[in-house]
Amino acid sequence: MIDNNAVIRVNDLHKSFGDNNVLNGIDIEINKGDVLVVVGPSGSGKSTFLRTLNLLEQPTAGNIYFNDVDITDKKVNINIHRQKMGMVFQQFNLFANMTVLKNMTLSPMKVLGISKEEAEKRAMELLDRVGLAEKADAYPSQLSGGQKQRVAIVRALCMQPEVMLFDEPTSALDPEMVGEVLDVMKDLAKEGMTMVIVTHEMGFAREVANRVVFIDEGIIMEEAAPEEFFGSPKSPRLKEFLSKVL
Amino acid sequence: MSILTFADWIGTAPSWIGNLPEWLQQLFFQLYQTFIYNDRWQLIVNGLKITFIVTLGALALGVVIGITIAIIRTTYETVSKTKSNFFLSVLNGFCQLYLTVIRGTPMMVQLLIMGFVIMVPKTDTGMIWCGILTLGINSGAYVAEIARSGIMSVSVGQTEAGRSLGLNYAQTMWYIVIPQAIKNILPALGNEMIILLKDTSLVSVIALRDVTKQMQNIVTKTYQAYVPYISLAVIYLVIVVILTKLLGLLEKRLRKSDR
Repeated sequence: MIDNNAVIRVNDLHKSFGDNNVLNGIDIEINKGDVLVVVGPSGSGKSTFLRTLNLLEQPTAGNIYFNDVDITDKKVNINIHRQKMGMVFQQFNLFANMTVLKNMTLSPMKVLGISKEEAEKRAMELLDRVGLAEKADAYPSQLSGGQKQRVAIVRALCMQPEVMLFDEPTSALDPEMVGEVLDVMKDLAKEGMTMVIVTHEMGFAREVANRVVFIDEGIIMEEAAPEEFFGSPKSPRLKEFLSKVL
Repeated sequence: MSILTFADWIGTAPSWIGNLPEWLQQLFFQLYQTFIYNDRWQLIVNGLKITFIVTLGALALGVVIGITIAIIRTTYETVSKTKSNFFLSVLNGFCQLYLTVIRGTPMMVQLLIMGFVIMVPKTDTGMIWCGILTLGINSGAYVAEIARSGIMSVSVGQTEAGRSLGLNYAQTMWYIVIPQAIKNILPALGNEMIILLKDTSLVSVIALRDVTKQMQNIVTKTYQAYVPYISLAVIYLVIVVILTKLLGLLEKRLRKSDR
């Protein structure tokens, strides 16, 4: 027990794909209630970092502690920990063969063993909150990008996760739909959800995050609170990056 | 039973036939012999029944075998990336062997071995089962490749979303990947059915009386091959054309629900 507040502790995390070293030793602690935004140039390893957190990518070396359990340990049943880590993808990844409601109730019913009525009630409440209650019986192909992503967020919330991971949630959206998704995420942050967000939305990072992390060449180059991060960046790489994206 | 001669037949035939040219009279005589004399059309209908039973039975068996093998092989490929699993390796090796043997030997030889070495059926039902099993086991090897491509055609994101929600590998496959894969491979499965339907003509080598065997029997009785065999080809062709049309309709329906 080092820090009771730390939900996720990452210790010297490495990941390589063949000869390609993507992550070269990441150390970070993510505390309860943190809204951590991860930025960096494309190919810097920020998405890979996020995907290792719930082991969608198996780390090459290093440890990830989730609630003080080392989930990189082969003996750990990762499915149990994934229940508590919601994930939202760039490509939405709604189950194409199911309606919105079934998308949201499948996992609570099959994994948590909640009754159909209970799962549907919870799903409808969440859908209502993001203004999509009338789409419950629609199939994903009938929704717009923004609607799909909002469903994807509440689908993850149906599992009542402790942490939400967002992998460039607005990058595949038409510009006019970005706002509706960010609004949902802002509400989540306000409620105190612990969130790790990989994004290119600098305005969102500045407004919602309490910590911003700059990843480049597979390591954390700089970390700061948003005002400092955007106001007085230290490393030349971050200055250069910000001058391109702001 | 004595053979019906042309002279006997023309005496009983309606008089307008007598006014036709010689070759047309011969044609009508053969058609009469093939389909009408001694109610031979009933033999053909019975043969068609066997053909359909064997086709559908073999298709069902082939789909079950094929999807099972496809799941084993894709699971093996996914799992072996991260860790080795002895049980899966053995299963995968067994599947490989099955695919190699079945695809590497002719269907005719497989039928002969099944019919005269392994099962040696004595009854009619036994022979039908023998036909279904042989063709089904054969078809399974080809369906396996179709199903594997179907599973791989479902985007990785679907699996990742399922796993990220805490579903295990089997649940993700069963509820998310396989339903989408089956929809993707339906047209290819239809094609497999057409191939199977034509391949059932081989079951005559284990004395199963499908429509081909029945036509052969008619030829041995009439000593006339022309009309029975041409008719046989036409029968297969008509069935295949109808099936192709139905599959086209099905494909159109499926594409509509994608939009």
